Amino acid sequence: MRQEFSAELDSLHVSFSELGMMVNEAIYKSVKAFVTHDKALAHQVIDSDHLINEQQTRLEQHCFELIALQQPVTGDLRLVVTAMKASSDLERMGDHAVSIAKSTIRVKGTTRVGEIEDLLGQMADAVKRMSEEVLDAYVHDDAKSARRIATEDHKINDFSRKIYTECITNMKEDADTVVGAMDYMLVASYLERIGDYVTNICEWIVYLQTGKITELNSSTDEDKF
Amino acid sequence: MSREIITASDVRLKYGDFEALHGINLEFKQNEITAMIGPSGCGKSTFLRCLNRMNDLIDTAHVTGDIRLMGDDIYAPTFDVVNLRKRVGMVFQQPVPFPFSIYDNVVYGLRLAGVKDRQTLDAAVETSLRQAALWDEVKDKLHDSALGLSGGQQQRVAIARVLAVKPDVILMDEPTSALDPISSTQIENMLLELREQYTIIIVTHNMHQASRISDRTAFFLQGNLIEFAPTKKIFMNPDKKETEDYISGRFG
Repeated sequence: MRQEFSAELDSLHVSFSELGMMVNEAIYKSVKAFVTHDKALAHQVIDSDHLINEQQTRLEQHCFELIALQQPVTGDLRLVVTAMKASSDLERMGDHAVSIAKSTIRVKGTTRVGEIEDLLGQMADAVKRMSEEVLDAYVHDDAKSARRIATEDHKINDFSRKIYTECITNMKEDADTVVGAMDYMLVASYLERIGDYVTNICEWIVYLQTGKITELNSSTDEDKF
Repeated sequence: MSREIITASDVRLKYGDFEALHGINLEFKQNEITAMIGPSGCGKSTFLRCLNRMNDLIDTAHVTGDIRLMGDDIYAPTFDVVNLRKRVGMVFQQPVPFPFSIYDNVVYGLRLAGVKDRQTLDAAVETSLRQAALWDEVKDKLHDSALGLSGGQQQRVAIARVLAVKPDVILMDEPTSALDPISSTQIENMLLELREQYTIIIVTHNMHQASRISDRTAFFLQGNLIEFAPTKKIFMNPDKKETEDYISGRFG
């Protein structure tokens, strides 16, 4: 049943890319909203999250159908499983974008720290780049790029540590920054989690090509504060 | 939504005293592939054969109920059986090549119907063989014996023979069970193409085949129709426990 099945796989790829673009847009907007203190944009991210969830549910349903009706094996099976697993990682990334948007709405009006917001902006750029690159690697089934993208996660973790230290310093110096700094730390940790999900997707891309489930950034090496 | 081409209501069939079908109600929609599945002896082939009155050939078989082809009662005394079998063609489990050339095999039905014009016959041979996805393989040896072809090719000749008389419905009784996986895939791909123009009703033991190619699936068990629904539903979330058990291989 190659013809029919190939067409189905193509459409799965298209849905996955669409989902990825929706998630990237949510991340981009949520970070932009946070950095520019744009409450309306943050609301937009929160309000459109259901579209991401629906797209992911549809994609998952499509995978179930392919497994039940076409009984894929070997590489085809990996393709379907990868789409299913990676799409749920994408969906979680979207949820973190929503959390960032919620912080944006909360942070309004409290005392801010410019340097930390700059750092967050840089961190967000790095995360955004990773999540864009991983989509490209997925679509091109490019395990080599996937391995490289995963190493970028170290930089994200560096940002995370730096922001943490900065926040502590600021909180010690000026008690008024405590409420805001808590949100900075939260946003940094959301971004850091998004980076982890990108790493997960990189692992799925490697699995797709090799059939081996590989841990790309071993969690024991990470988070050395 | 496509419309019904064949409707069967309360179809019962007895072989002497033994009732093999206990009142089947089924509707077949135009330009769809309907698969009929079920364990051996469940009545699916028997029911298929009711649809073009193949059971007339069995003396002890007695059919009651109502089967309509585009609204006409096919068991009405006035209904022409030859015409019925032209409109509702059948392909069997074993390829049945007649012992003459590929060309003559394909035009067999047309010649029976009295078509003599060479050009018409030539055109029918090419069209049907193309539809049966066999043209490229045999176009240079149309006058060779069909017996020299492989099993898969012979089956496609049989399908071309049915297509040549331009039926409305094609009945298929396990059309790929005697073939290797490659030939089966060729036939499955061909059926998906043919669906555009014909209504196909296929009996199959191969559940994967049913799941891959059919739009709707009917599950038979011991002479009863247990469940009839879109194939997606039958294979992902059937209503009846018997269907689920059979599909998942938990039977017996």
